[in-house]
Amino acid sequence: MENNKQFLTGHEVVVQACIDADATHMFGYPITPGTEILSGWIKKCQDNKDLHFLQTEDEIAAGFTVCGALMAGSKSFTATAGPGTVLMQDAMGMADGMRLPFVTIIAQRGGPSSGTVIYSQQEVNLAIHGGNGEGLRIVYSPSTVEELYVLTRKTFNVAWEYRFPSVLLTDGYLLKTKQDVVLNFVGENVEPKPLVSEHTQKNIRNIYTFEQELMDELTNQKQDFDEMAKEVTEFESYKVESCDELIIAHGIVGAAARDAVDELKKQGKNVGLFRPITLSPFPKDELNKLCKQVKKIMIVESSMGQLKDLVKQNLDTQVEIDGLYKPAVGIETEEIIKLFK
Amino acid sequence: MSKDSKFCPGCGQTMILQTLYRILQEQKSEEKAVLGLDIGCSLLAWDFLPINTFQTHHGRVTSTMVGFNRARPDLLSFAYTGDGGAYAIGLQSLLWAAKRNDPITVIVANNAVYAMTGGQTAPTTMHGQKTDTSPAGYDAEPVDGMKLIRSVNEKAYLARTAVNEMKDMKQHLEKAIQSQRDGNFSMIEILSFCPTNWRVKGPAMIEYVNNMKESFPVGEF
Repeated sequence: MENNKQFLTGHEVVVQACIDADATHMFGYPITPGTEILSGWIKKCQDNKDLHFLQTEDEIAAGFTVCGALMAGSKSFTATAGPGTVLMQDAMGMADGMRLPFVTIIAQRGGPSSGTVIYSQQEVNLAIHGGNGEGLRIVYSPSTVEELYVLTRKTFNVAWEYRFPSVLLTDGYLLKTKQDVVLNFVGENVEPKPLVSEHTQKNIRNIYTFEQELMDELTNQKQDFDEMAKEVTEFESYKVESCDELIIAHGIVGAAARDAVDELKKQGKNVGLFRPITLSPFPKDELNKLCKQVKKIMIVESSMGQLKDLVKQNLDTQVEIDGLYKPAVGIETEEIIKLFK
Repeated sequence: MSKDSKFCPGCGQTMILQTLYRILQEQKSEEKAVLGLDIGCSLLAWDFLPINTFQTHHGRVTSTMVGFNRARPDLLSFAYTGDGGAYAIGLQSLLWAAKRNDPITVIVANNAVYAMTGGQTAPTTMHGQKTDTSPAGYDAEPVDGMKLIRSVNEKAYLARTAVNEMKDMKQHLEKAIQSQRDGNFSMIEILSFCPTNWRVKGPAMIEYVNNMKESFPVGEF
């Protein structure tokens, strides 16, 4: 496998993953720290005439051009960040309502407002619950450059398999990381299907006349979402066997926490890591199983508690909760180790 | 040829939609046509015609159909919208679709008010017109969509007509479709009856639309 190593940035890995997922159309608007996904995709379009792009007038247009291309059956996507993720909710809301296989890569940056431009973990709530509905979206949070590749491809595949809007939720630190990486292509891609074509005669709506009609639709959507969750939910449990304290972290902070667990074990401390890979659907069963065994959980995140809220929503077990919450600031391994002094 | 109308009695929109459908039938293009619908009264067209239709969001039908067209340039992409969706909340996307010369056809039903929400001031509300949100009469001039779009696109086919000029409406729509087939953007604005919000009856509607033509001259631009 040594031969397959490539020296790539996270941005380049994401672009390659989109191509390897058989995506054909990107619609996007430049915003730091996600811009290089747009510019990187456009560079690939210069040589590969099967790939298409449009730099739109804003994120709203980026989102709705994606919706239109999805209706027509093209694997299309966008990438955005921060205030762009806010504007993207308009189109993602339509995708929520009409079960469109909408794929967006979110490069989290600091907020609120224009905030800071490289890093945060503050777009968890927006990614899942940014629409005016129930938040039935699939959200992946990769912790390494290798996972960026695997989970970007997966984001497309689950979107088209289950027809829920799907998000690859990452950040500028991971996207700007440049390292040797092996792109691990596993599994077939899901074939795209048009919602409308010359072979259909459909009238598709997102507005309902009666309240009951909408509730019935949402009830069906929730059933489908719960069925999908059985197949899609992913997590990493790292050195959790008989541990009595559990770190919970996601994304790039999860990678720092993994290193912290290794060091803490060396120091004789019995600490494990639970890392949700899908923030939605949340790996609830595994969380509760682990929380029955531990005395305390330590939530670590670059936000004031968006992951903590997710954990609390899903926790059925009484357990002491402590944490390190640093909104829009990176968290290093050493800081996590110090929590267990 | 169409299902039951969900529009108010006397609304002009059914005449626009039926004219579009008649042209598609004549051109044997019903299967190739996709009609995207803005939100506002336009949404009521969702199951009116036996062709592919879908609702979008308010002000977003143009960009949705731009995306559709880029995925399926061999089909006919129509964006159906009101004056508010076209010239207020959706103006940014309309201008840019026109500037890029995206080969879609935008059909704007201009009734000079936000009708679905009960008759508020629209971008096309005329000077002196009283509305729900301009009770003392609107004190500015309306947006001229034809001039606006022409300023960013020399190739576009642009025409304004009215629901009481059916022959012209059909010809303009035919030319707009041809323009799309030739790879150019096109937009038709149609002055349309709104008896509910204008609070006028039968013959007075014709008079109202004819008066609108002073603010919104008809013809090709």
